[in-house]
Parts: sequence; C-alpha cells; structure tokens
Amino acid sequence: MTTTPTPPVSAPTNPLFRLGLWWDGVIDRYNALPRLYKVVLVLAFALFVYALPLVRPPLIATDRIDFGGVMFACAAYALIALGLNIVIGYAGLLDLGYIGFYAVGAYTTGVLTSYHWAWPFFLALPVAVAVTMLTGVILGAPTLRVRGDYLAIVTLGFGEIIRICVKNIEWLGASAGIKDINHPNTIGPAPKPPFDPGGLFAIPRLEWNGITPSLDHEHATHFLVFGARDAIPYYWLLLTALIVVLLGDRLVKASRVGRAWEATREDEDAAELMGVPTFKYKLMAFALGAAIGGLSGAFYASSQSGYISPDSFPLATSFLFVAAVIVGGSGNRWGAMVGGVLVAYLPERFRDFADYRLLVFGLALTVLAITRPEGLLPPRRTRRAKMMEAEIEQLEEGPVDA
Amino acid sequence: MPDTAKLLEVDDVTIRFGGLTALDSVTFDIREGEILGLIGPNGAGKTTCFNVMTGVYQATSGQVRFDGAPLAKLKRHKITKLGIARTFQNIRLFKSMTVLENVMVGADAHSKVGFWDALLRTPRHRHTEEESTTRAKELLKIVGITARHDELAANLSYGDQRRLEIARAMATGPKLLCLDEPAAGFNPAEKVKLMDLIRKVRDQGYTVLLIEHDMRLVMGVTDRIVVLEFGRKIAEGAPEEIRDNPAVIAAYLGVEEDEDAS
Ligand SMILES: Nc1ncnc2c1ncn2[C@@H]1O[C@H](COP(=O)(O)OP(=O)(O)O)[C@@H](O)[C@H]1O
Ligand SMILES: [Mg+2]
Repeated sequence: MTTTPTPPVSAPTNPLFRLGLWWDGVIDRYNALPRLYKVVLVLAFALFVYALPLVRPPLIATDRIDFGGVMFACAAYALIALGLNIVIGYAGLLDLGYIGFYAVGAYTTGVLTSYHWAWPFFLALPVAVAVTMLTGVILGAPTLRVRGDYLAIVTLGFGEIIRICVKNIEWLGASAGIKDINHPNTIGPAPKPPFDPGGLFAIPRLEWNGITPSLDHEHATHFLVFGARDAIPYYWLLLTALIVVLLGDRLVKASRVGRAWEATREDEDAAELMGVPTFKYKLMAFALGAAIGGLSGAFYASSQSGYISPDSFPLATSFLFVAAVIVGGSGNRWGAMVGGVLVAYLPERFRDFADYRLLVFGLALTVLAITRPEGLLPPRRTRRAKMMEAEIEQLEEGPVDA
Repeated sequence: MPDTAKLLEVDDVTIRFGGLTALDSVTFDIREGEILGLIGPNGAGKTTCFNVMTGVYQATSGQVRFDGAPLAKLKRHKITKLGIARTFQNIRLFKSMTVLENVMVGADAHSKVGFWDALLRTPRHRHTEEESTTRAKELLKIVGITARHDELAANLSYGDQRRLEIARAMATGPKLLCLDEPAAGFNPAEKVKLMDLIRKVRDQGYTVLLIEHDMRLVMGVTDRIVVLEFGRKIAEGAPEEIRDNPAVIAAYLGVEEDEDAS
C-alpha cells in the first residue's frame, strides 16, 4: 500500500470564509507595521472616511438622495450597532427594544432644546446620555437578575411602550412630535439667509462625470454650519462621536471588564463561581449600550430636520438594529459596524428595495442563520474555532487506507 | 495529620430535591492544609456537597461555615472571594476564550479594576493586568499546560482542559480548592501525574477537597477520607481506616472492585 500524504488542510472555499481570512490578513499586516506607519495609515483611513461625502465616489454615492444624509444615517447606524454589540455581542444579552433607548435620547434632547426649554445642543447631549443610561439601569436592574428569555420579552415591551407613551403624553408632543430641535452650535459666522451661508470656509465637493472628477463649488460644505441645508457637518460630528466610542470600546473590551462579559456570556454559572459578579457586569453592559443608544438618539433628534415624532421609532427598526449586529458579526466591533452601515446604506442606494427592506433583511438573516450563524465578520476567535472544526472534519474524512 | 484549625465545617446539612434527599444530615469538616477525600458511589451526593459549599444550592437545613462564618445566602462570587474555588465534574471552561484569558478571569476575582480604570488605562489597571498575567502564566506552568496561551480553550486536549480548570480555580486565590473528579477519563499514568500535582498544590499552602472515584488514588494522596452513600455519611477517617471499614467495603469497594474486574 502506498502512503498517500495527508492532503494539506485547505480552508473552506466559501466566499464569506475568504472574507474572514482576508480580514485577518489585513489585521495581521497592520499589526506588523511600525508604530509610525500605523498612525499614518489610521489617519489616512479616517481622513478618507471623513471626506467620503465630499468625494462622492461613483457607484457608491447615491444620486437621487443627498449622499451626505445617507452617510449620516450610515454613521448613526454604525454607532447604534457598536452600542448594541456591547449588549448582544459582548455580554450575550438579547435586547430587542434598543430603539427605546434611541427614543429616550432623542426625546430628552427634543424636550431640553426645543419643546420646554431652549438649551444649547451640547448641554443637552450629556443629559440625554445620562437619562438614557439611567433608563437602562432602571429597566435592567430587575430583569437582568432573572436568567433566560425574560430580557428579550421585557426589552421588546419596553421598545413598544416608549413609543406608545410619547404618542399619548402631551408633555412630550404626543403624535405631532417635536419640531425645531436645536442644531449643534455653528462654528464660525452664523449663516444669514438667503445670501450668506456662514461658516469659516467652504469646501467644494467633487462632481463626477464618468470617471473624471471636477470641483463643484455650488454645493460646497460650509465649515462648520449645522443647518437644514447640508447634512455633511452632522456626519462629521457623528463620525467623531463614533470614533470616540470606538476607542473607548477597545479599551474597555481589552480589560477585566471585557473578560467578565465574555465569561458571563459563555457560562454564567461558571463565571459566578470564578468570582465574576455577573449581575453587575450584565447591568454595566446593558447601561453602556443604552447610553450609546441615547447618544445616537440625541444626534438624530438634532440632525438636519430637527424633528422627531413617535413614528420615528417603530419597533421594526429595533429589529433592524439587531439584524445589523447579527448580520455583521456579533462580538466583533468592526463586523457590527459593517452590519450597521449595510442596513442603513443598501435601502438608500437601491431605492426600489427600500420598501421591502425589512423583508429583505429578514430573508438575509434567515439565510445567514442557516449558512453562517456567526455573521459576516465574526470575532477572529469564532473563525478560528470554525477553522479548527473544519480541519478536524477534513482529517476524519481523510483517506481511510492511509 | 496535625490537628490544625477547621477551615470549612459542613454542619448537619440536608438538601432535598422534591422527594429526593440528596444530602441527609451530613456533618464533616476540612482542616487547614489537609487533602480531604470525598468518595462514594455515583449519585451519593458528592457533587451536591460541592454545590452547597459554593452557593449553587441552598441547604434545606443545616449550615456550612467557612473560617467560622456561615455561608448561607452569600452570593456565589462572594463565596469565591472568601476563598473557596472549584472545578467541575463536567468541564465548564469559557470555550471561546483563550487559555490565558480563562485563567485571567479567575485572577480577576480579587481585582479592584473597574470600568473607569479600564477606560482611562490607570496605573492600577496596568499593574493589575501585569500581575494577573504573570500569575496566570505561572499557574499554567504549574498544572503543566504546554499548549499555546493564545489557543482557544475549546481546542485543548481533554486532559489539558481538565488541567486548565484547576489553573483557573487556583487563580482565584482560594484557601480551599475543591476538585470534582479531576482525573475522570485519565489513563493511569496521567492520574499519577495529577495526584503529584495535587500534592504539590497542597504543599504551596492550599487546602484541597478531592472527589475521586479511583479508590487507590484517593488512598495514596489524601490525609483523611469522608465516605458518602445515598446522601449519608457512612464513614470518616484516615485512608487505612476507610480501607478496612466493613460498611465502606460493602457500599463502595464491592461495586468498585466489580467494575474494575469487568
Ligand atoms: N438539581 C438537582 N435536581 C434534582 N436532583 C438532583 C439535583 N442535583 C443532584 N440531584 C440528585 O442528587 C443525587 C446526588 O447527585 P450528585 O451529588 O451529583 O452525586 P455524585 O456523588 O455522583 O456527585 C443524585 O440522585 C442526583 O440525581
Ligand atoms: Mg458528581
């Protein structure tokens, strides 16, 4: 009998697996770079992302709807996914009513800056975050003590109750909603319509004619005017918040806090018996998630239109948030953000499909649940475990007579 | 064995699950610095005993005292902090975490680092992290895990998973280390190595409570033995006394011998 060499273990060929490997390659190559290169690379990437709505790359840019607005929505969903990823991905808590926190943040901002008071946006922002976080603690404290599916049910109820409450409470604007919510303060001279757009300076955007770009001074963005005309300054502001949250997320995850979350998610009993105060850490994850939801809600309320109503916060959108995290790859912050961006971007880019977006995402989720339950870009360790499984399978299936 | 202070006292503990009495007025204590064996046929109530001691179950009646203070109603993680750590009969590692992280979770039990320390990367965070990492690596060496520290726990061999459980429990800095059938599924050579490890652990100042099925092993490593059968304590004493105890032979050794013969 000839000894056939064991076939080299090759990675499964499906494209999603390739995506994971490619991503690992990117991360590895990045990690191997000298510090200076890393800084330069990160700054270049950040600059590109900041400039994206001005560059308006062909194919990516939406032409029928304002691309700046789409980018704002993408950043908002990325921030939401990042927050929900702490709750679902890190701590393993299924929060189906995340939109409730988004609404609390938005309404706190609305009430403070317009409906009852006239606070400046940046004063209302921390209060909105604090109120939302407190809401999270109040909701989480009794429910997180109980194991099992309670949380999913309670949060589901919460998401709906918040909407019904604001719809019926006159003090919160009832079904008419709240309008004229304060925009963030403009930096530089204030615009004086109709002739002076204000701002310190104007940045023209690119106009593409096929593949030849030209400067479009007519649709310049005025730095830094927060008004109804232009969504791009809001995008920049939100992107900055997103980056700050992203950095914080990194630091906290890579610490005993992150370990406690992960251990609790893996095996709550074992975690407790190893000294992890699981309730405390679950509550922390839940409240942090809530606070980030409130943060995005506050930005949403004060964005271009400056208008919110109960209809802005349907429960269905809450499911989209969950879908974003799970499709993207629960537990991996980059995966979750990619999920958030996809959920926000695809319906805008392919307008015809916007009406069916819940249906399409539901289908995508179902297909994904069957073929790839860990999402598009799951944490590296999940991928590694999968790879190991595949290797073992392949070894077991290897030539029997060898 | 010198008469040292009582570290843990199980005092007349009864626990019922519906109609089943899993522990029936069990009383024994564990002295500082000893290796106590807890043996008995399957279903005798050994694991249940661990569960009462670590706060997983509440005793129906009776009391468990640690360092003289009753444990009743204390949260599980508080009991761990007081100094009782355990392993599980059915391995319960954090599978998607790395080998090192598993042990670090144990080491975190006494960490004072909180959210703000982590976010602001305070000196306290840095020191604690360095200390725990060093300690975790030490422990991995002590229990003899040679796998890469960044390997996922799920990918370890069965034996290494058992050893990792011990390292994780030791990392919580316990006074009392409870091992629930740590040698289950080991071959004789591995078992001998494990018993050496347990002796080494005791010599480092830990008190050990050992559940083990293999009589010869228990005899070789323990200072004293408590025997359970159907939730009752039927004997207690030095290994040689237990070996010659007719009740134990009837309840336990007979069965064991038969199993070995088959
Ligand atoms: N949570 C529980 N509910 C009901 N019965 C249990 C529970 N835990 C243990 N028991 C029963 O208590 C008895 C003792 O179990 P255990 O302590 O696991 O035995 P062992 O000595 O083999 O470790 C068994 O009959 C078991 O079925
Ligand atoms: Mg048992």
